[in-house]
Amino acid sequence: MKKGKVSILEHELVPLHEVMTEREVEELLNKYKIKKEQLPKIKASDPVIKEIKAREGDVVRITRKSRTAGRFLAYRLVTK
Amino acid sequence: MVAVESDIVRELMNMGIEREIAELIAEEFDVSELSAGRDELLAAGVEEYYVDDILKILGIEEEGEVKFSDIELKVNRSSLPEKLKDELKSKLRVVRRKLSREKLDSILDRVEREYENAKVEPREAVGIVAAQSIGEPGTQMTLRTFHYAGVGAIYITLGLPRIIEIVDARRKPSTPAMKVRLRGEYASDRHKAEMLAMEIEETHIRDIAKVESSTEDMCVCVYPNKRELLRRGIGEEQVIDKIKSMDMPVQESEDGKLKIYTRNNSYHELLRLEERVSNMLVRGIEGIRRAIVRKSPDGEYMLYTEGSALKKVSKIEGVDFSRTTTNNIAEIAEVLGIEAARNAIIDEMMNTLEEQGLDVDARHVTLIADAMTVDGEVKQIGRHGLAGEKASVLSRAAFEVTVDNLLEAAIHGEIDELKGVTENVIVGQPIRLGTGAVELVAKNYNHRELS
Repeated sequence: MKKGKVSILEHELVPLHEVMTEREVEELLNKYKIKKEQLPKIKASDPVIKEIKAREGDVVRITRKSRTAGRFLAYRLVTK
Repeated sequence: MVAVESDIVRELMNMGIEREIAELIAEEFDVSELSAGRDELLAAGVEEYYVDDILKILGIEEEGEVKFSDIELKVNRSSLPEKLKDELKSKLRVVRRKLSREKLDSILDRVEREYENAKVEPREAVGIVAAQSIGEPGTQMTLRTFHYAGVGAIYITLGLPRIIEIVDARRKPSTPAMKVRLRGEYASDRHKAEMLAMEIEETHIRDIAKVESSTEDMCVCVYPNKRELLRRGIGEEQVIDKIKSMDMPVQESEDGKLKIYTRNNSYHELLRLEERVSNMLVRGIEGIRRAIVRKSPDGEYMLYTEGSALKKVSKIEGVDFSRTTTNNIAEIAEVLGIEAARNAIIDEMMNTLEEQGLDVDARHVTLIADAMTVDGEVKQIGRHGLAGEKASVLSRAAFEVTVDNLLEAAIHGEIDELKGVTENVIVGQPIRLGTGAVELVAKNYNHRELS
């Protein structure tokens, strides 16, 4: 990040996005018995994806703040 | 500093005690001494609910009681959501002394069971429930409300029109507005906040000067309004510099009047020049028509703006970008990403509903926001979005533009799997929801085994 520039990752509307390791992805897909393509998507051109340098085909783990559950994990597949 | 952390320090830290305090405790109360008591620990700044555990580590155990750490550990191990865990923990802490380990376990079991029971059943039509849960209160909403939203003179669309706007995923709301939070001195000093407001509010030449075109000498005359300039704190030279930057022949006269001459002496050019001059931005951010300083509920000064330009505002010194928001969801998606847009949809809808005094469960709104953002871009609910992308031909045809949909489907040879609700209603089959979602399959029984 350039000096003086504010990172969008610190914005209160932006939850934590993390790129998952291959093993984590496999565990996740096994847990829900789904294929990667069945996950919700996020564009590779998404500003957050660019900032965390995730690539197409990666799965990101998103730690959302939830009004009802407090904290909630969501997953998105990075697509074109 | 202790170079190698002792077992005690590590154990204390595992319990969530800060390193400094943990080291302090380890130093103050040597294990060999075993002299530390409850009061000493409290005096050392240890929070009450850790005291028992520390006493235990130090070897002074109180027998047979449920410890705070037991509650912490067992609740954390359960499958409950975070918020419920916190609530449960705080309640259990209060009644800790009356608990036994068995009781604690049975309470946890019960809560987990109740939580599982409260969950939505598989194959429940949550989308329909959400639609009805927002639709019904929607009928009680004012149809056309233009509101002041608590800020003098700034209009913000609220009520039903606003809900429609959000659900339609318009690229620009009818009344874009921002809430700009400030940092440091700007947030505490009203004067500084007002200076900042003036800095971002767009100021065109026409706001600070009279612009006239004269067909006599084919020029545009600009008469700066001194009082207006002073009020806004703009120097006359700023205006002159700005006009000179246009690279046109300019003549200054002594009374401050500026004459800008056309190049080709055409009447058409003169009119265009006049337009261009009056719309020139002297200061501020394009699109921010007004900025008003108000005190936020937490006592800080902040700005409410008419017009929205999130990205540009983020670069202004004194603006706390991390807390600055806009009601333009498309803009949020562009600047902050799809997840932020999802949050913005939820916040905007909940606020609009709440403002109208309607109590809609956040889960319904969350589902809508999820559906609108699954594909990574904000997509409307309706013909060009969610409803238009349905897999079933019959369902799409039943929604809108029936003939077009059927024709298109016929041309492409589409097949309807009859999996959704609408298509099954059309063909007169039971819908595959709830109890209709399961089928009974007869097992080839071994009759001897049964008897």
